[in-house]
Amino acid sequence: MAGSSLQLKDHWQEQRLFLSRIIAAAVIVLLLCGLVVWRLVQLQIFDYEHFIELSQGNRFRIEPMPPTRGLIYDRNGLVIAENRPNWELVAIGEQINDLDRTLLSLEELGLVDPSEHQSLRDLIRSHRGFERVKLSNLTEEQAATFAVRRHLFSGVDIQEALSRYYPFGEMTAHAVGYVGSISTADLERIDRSNYAGTSHIGKTGVERAYEERLHGQVGYRQQVVNAQGRVLEAAGDGRIQALADSSGVEAKTPVPGSNVVLSLDIKLQLAAQEAMQDLRGAIVAIDPRNGDVLALVSTPAFDPNRFAAGLSRADYVSLSTDPDKPLYNRALAGTYPPGSTVKPFLALAALQTEAMTPDEERYCPGHFRLPGQTHRYRDWRPQGHGNVNMRGAIVQSCDVYFYHLAVAMGIDAMAVGLREFGFGAPVGLDISGENSGVVPSREWKAKQFTRKADQVWFPGETVITGIGQGYTLVTPVQLAHAGATFAARGQRFAPRLLIGTEDPVTREVRYMEPKALPSVGDQDPAHWQLVHDAMVGVTSDPRGSARAPMQGTTYSVAGKTGTAQVIGIAQGERYREEDIDERLRDHGLFVAFAPAEAPRLALGVVIENGGGGSRAAAPVARKVFDAFFAADNYVAREP
Amino acid sequence: MSLASLEWGRAASGGRKRGFKGIVVDVPLLVILFAIVALGMVVLYSAVSADTGLLVRQGMRFGVGLAAFIVIAQISPHYWRILTPWLYLLGIGLLLAVAVEGQIGKGAQRWLDLGVVTFQPSELLKLAVPMMCAWFMHERRLPPTFAQLMVMGLIVLTPALLIAEQPDLGTALLVMAGGALTILLAGISVRVMLVFGSLGLATLPVLWAVMRDYQKARVFTFLNPESDPLGTGYNIIQSKIAIGSGGLFGKGWLNGTQSHLEFLPERSTDFIFAVMAEEFGLLGLCLLLVLYLALVGRGLYIAAEAQDTFSRLLAGALSLTFFVYVFVNAGMVSGLLPIVGVPLPLVSAGGTSMVTLMAGFGMLASIHGHRKLLAA
Repeated sequence: MAGSSLQLKDHWQEQRLFLSRIIAAAVIVLLLCGLVVWRLVQLQIFDYEHFIELSQGNRFRIEPMPPTRGLIYDRNGLVIAENRPNWELVAIGEQINDLDRTLLSLEELGLVDPSEHQSLRDLIRSHRGFERVKLSNLTEEQAATFAVRRHLFSGVDIQEALSRYYPFGEMTAHAVGYVGSISTADLERIDRSNYAGTSHIGKTGVERAYEERLHGQVGYRQQVVNAQGRVLEAAGDGRIQALADSSGVEAKTPVPGSNVVLSLDIKLQLAAQEAMQDLRGAIVAIDPRNGDVLALVSTPAFDPNRFAAGLSRADYVSLSTDPDKPLYNRALAGTYPPGSTVKPFLALAALQTEAMTPDEERYCPGHFRLPGQTHRYRDWRPQGHGNVNMRGAIVQSCDVYFYHLAVAMGIDAMAVGLREFGFGAPVGLDISGENSGVVPSREWKAKQFTRKADQVWFPGETVITGIGQGYTLVTPVQLAHAGATFAARGQRFAPRLLIGTEDPVTREVRYMEPKALPSVGDQDPAHWQLVHDAMVGVTSDPRGSARAPMQGTTYSVAGKTGTAQVIGIAQGERYREEDIDERLRDHGLFVAFAPAEAPRLALGVVIENGGGGSRAAAPVARKVFDAFFAADNYVAREP
Repeated sequence: MSLASLEWGRAASGGRKRGFKGIVVDVPLLVILFAIVALGMVVLYSAVSADTGLLVRQGMRFGVGLAAFIVIAQISPHYWRILTPWLYLLGIGLLLAVAVEGQIGKGAQRWLDLGVVTFQPSELLKLAVPMMCAWFMHERRLPPTFAQLMVMGLIVLTPALLIAEQPDLGTALLVMAGGALTILLAGISVRVMLVFGSLGLATLPVLWAVMRDYQKARVFTFLNPESDPLGTGYNIIQSKIAIGSGGLFGKGWLNGTQSHLEFLPERSTDFIFAVMAEEFGLLGLCLLLVLYLALVGRGLYIAAEAQDTFSRLLAGALSLTFFVYVFVNAGMVSGLLPIVGVPLPLVSAGGTSMVTLMAGFGMLASIHGHRKLLAA
């Protein structure tokens, strides 16, 4: 093959062709070179005067003008996050001769936190020379201290700036989040030119989720600086103005960030926060008609203003190592065994799959045994509930009935039923940090465990899943969302904090449509009615588990209590609270909605280590409901 | 096959043109290379504000490059041709490995990566792609047929797309330029060129669609640098001031205000041309350009003198690709072209590109040094 192609090769003809190509290439090379030279002549000869003026004597500096950050309102127009004027100390890297010495001197004056030395140095280095980098916030006194020594610090200046302020402090910390200094990690994920001149960025909550909307667009103007880098004011000096104009860079005014309107009702938020007192836990309140989150509380919380003002490293460490975990957003990320709060959801699923009929009774002797096994699955009431049907089992929270129900349904059907209500996956709240929780199934277990022996699903695990123990884990926001879904009889909305944006100039507010999710499959009104009635029974029936805390309400409440064991109790032993370390006590849960006949508010409440749901969680929910219906200033916000 | 071994046999029997002590070097090439690198070091000294550590590292890179040059020059193009497919496959394999491992440097890291010599497989492809195209055409009749063009298109586009995915559009375009120049030198007709040219234009919208945001921003900024003075436009505005204010004679060595007051970004790498423009003026730049032209001219001469298709195509393509580097860098720094992050060859501080370039020139020296004395 090679031989035949060789014979076809005409070397002389080929060389001629190649030579002509080489000559053509050489001509093109010369032409392109000429083009470059022509461009250089243009810049270096014709426009020389222009550029030499730009580079020598007076020079330009582009000064970024940061946009004003958008405000955050609650649904009634109360300001939750605003901007307040204050003094801040800034550095301009290119004008500082010895960065370390400058920082040390500022630290001696008490203007900069010495523990921040390294990170500030890195921050200044990672910015471009002309950018102003914020070093710290100054009190009036500190500003005065610096003002008299200003001439000693080349490249350091004080400027008046707006800093973020949260008037409700820790009351809104977990829902609204906070802004903090832009870190080197933040610089990686933002459009740096849009943040030239901006010192803070949303770190958590709404501040982070809607950062782009809140931040706005940077502006800039051309400034003329002298040889020492000091700004020459253009105002009133025609020559400097003309010079600034000659640069070809037109000034651009910043576009302020949009104001955002949240679904939160700050009064309800405060009432919920107050109801929590010193307890650890979370409350999420959702409007079942549209998914609006009216309150979102996680306690303990922290003061977001400390982050906005600049938290010292030591303070941050003490916050992040606090055993009560104040920075942890329990409402979104906390996962808890749901305990008996899953019973209404499982009951509905059992009706739909016809694993149980409403009137079918089971006898409860106080315990349950799988056929052929000796292990006793206990009922919370040692003497048992006798014969119970579905309604009775929900009202009294009979465990044995639900052991039977679980076995009748099987684990995979239960998993399907729970997932329909949004358990086992983030429910789509519009701020980040949501945990998925766990809805166990055979498939889940096989994926979850690596050892073959651990991947097998045991019948006993089905049994305890029926009362919300075992692997099942839910977050408070999932609980509230599921409650809201139940209240709306299967109609689901993604929980949302943002309901509208306000144009900062025209003050025109545009509200958004709620985001509907796929409805729960069961469409039989009789099923819903039965479980609804049973949930009303929980708060009103003489044997109802939440009767005491809901006594005397002016509205009807449908709910379900739950108790999540933190430690396992051995066979034949009893749970005695006083013997148990406080952090190992049961979690109390409560899911509820009211008014039962036309629900307007759904709640998910989790109290950590507070004891059972009826004792710890339901009373807290009562206070929130009371506040909501007493004020009754609810205004629907629709597009 | 038989003809090739015949040529080799004659060359081996003492026909090779050897330099001193039997080592194959190309004296004119080496002289010009030394002149450019020396001039580059002088500029670099100013650009890095006399940071000798950086200069020593640059000198060491040149040393490594020189070693590569000499080693490569000793090996006859005959052997290089045999090695070519393996080199090409190795390069593709490494590119795939990089893609799989996900150890991809971000666009910005290429600039920050001062002095740390990290091997980039894409550098190997800068040589391997033109070599592979030349290898493919070596025993075939020129000009190539349509089917052969398609094969070479694959040879060029496969690595180019892998590199563009990294994402490193600048290097991808340079690799494509290397391959495309080989194909052009192989003698495709003007008509085919026009067809492919218009096809190329038609793919521009597709290219635009797959471009990353920062790459689009560079094009926008190129069209109107003043529109983004805080971002990408900053570089080009400052660069133009540096060049323009240099004038005919320049401000003098170490006297560039733009570069020394740190207005000019990437002074030691992509924008070193502007530093030179500011300090040595138009005359200095013309000297540099003349040296570059001399280098390209010598390369084209070697190509014209070369005795087989592989050597001819390779020598021509390497020389012209080198000119493309110069043109793209000078063009982007002076605002003729968008900023694509191509260093000024042999002058910009930076690891692998210096070694790759010297290796390429080593190949030229090999081609020229191993000719047989008498024409066939």
